[in-house]
Amino acid sequence: MRASVIVFPGSNCDRDAAVALQHAMNTSDAIGILGAKPKMVWHGDSELPDSDLILLPGGFSYGDYLRSGAMAAHSPIMREVVRRAKSGTPVLGICNGFQVLTEAGLLPGVLMRNATLRFICKDVSLRVERDDTAFTGHYKKDQVVRIPIAHKDGCYFADPGTLHILDNENRIAFR
Amino acid sequence: MKARITITLKPGVLDPQGKAIEGALHALGFGGVEGVRQGKFIEVEVAESDPALAREEIERMCKQLLANTIIENYAYELDAA
Repeated sequence: MRASVIVFPGSNCDRDAAVALQHAMNTSDAIGILGAKPKMVWHGDSELPDSDLILLPGGFSYGDYLRSGAMAAHSPIMREVVRRAKSGTPVLGICNGFQVLTEAGLLPGVLMRNATLRFICKDVSLRVERDDTAFTGHYKKDQVVRIPIAHKDGCYFADPGTLHILDNENRIAFR
Repeated sequence: MKARITITLKPGVLDPQGKAIEGALHALGFGGVEGVRQGKFIEVEVAESDPALAREEIERMCKQLLANTIIENYAYELDAA
């Protein structure tokens, strides 16, 4: 597997992501090229290496100026990320990466300030809704998994029509 | 020209920061405060001198970056400064 990690100014989980990918690439059987290194791609680049997975890491891209992910969504590399996503390359956005994907219009909705106004840092239990995706294929449907979360802008908002579509089209991976 | 852009949360969108400010105003004794919504104010200087073209440009800025129209409304005034 060839993976690219996009690095924005203010990303701070890019190296964690690369280490996790490297670990997966060294150990998993779902990998084409064992031991390949994930490529770190700077936000200001306009060209992306050939990639089977594009990962947008967590952090505070552009210091969360304006809105979380808003500035990063318009950085030069994102034009190419959007193009690849539309041609079918899997893209994973973690934390701030998720915020960037909504601001870039690749995912519906938006992530807002937490209702409690608190930074939430804890493990949460999630139920697997789908086990037939590239990202969740090693889980079983209805399995409960513990996932660490750490965010202040993690309150997902979408209008009722959009939520209805996500639900109806079974596009919610975890609940 | 100078554009004075105001960005506000759409009605119905949860505004925890506005709520917190409201609570603080109550604590300061402003018991008559019945609601607070927080937004953003942005001033943009544009080289364009034609108001119609400047408006069109500001409109695109708001839609593409300054406001997230899923949750926010925007309004602006132009000053020929």
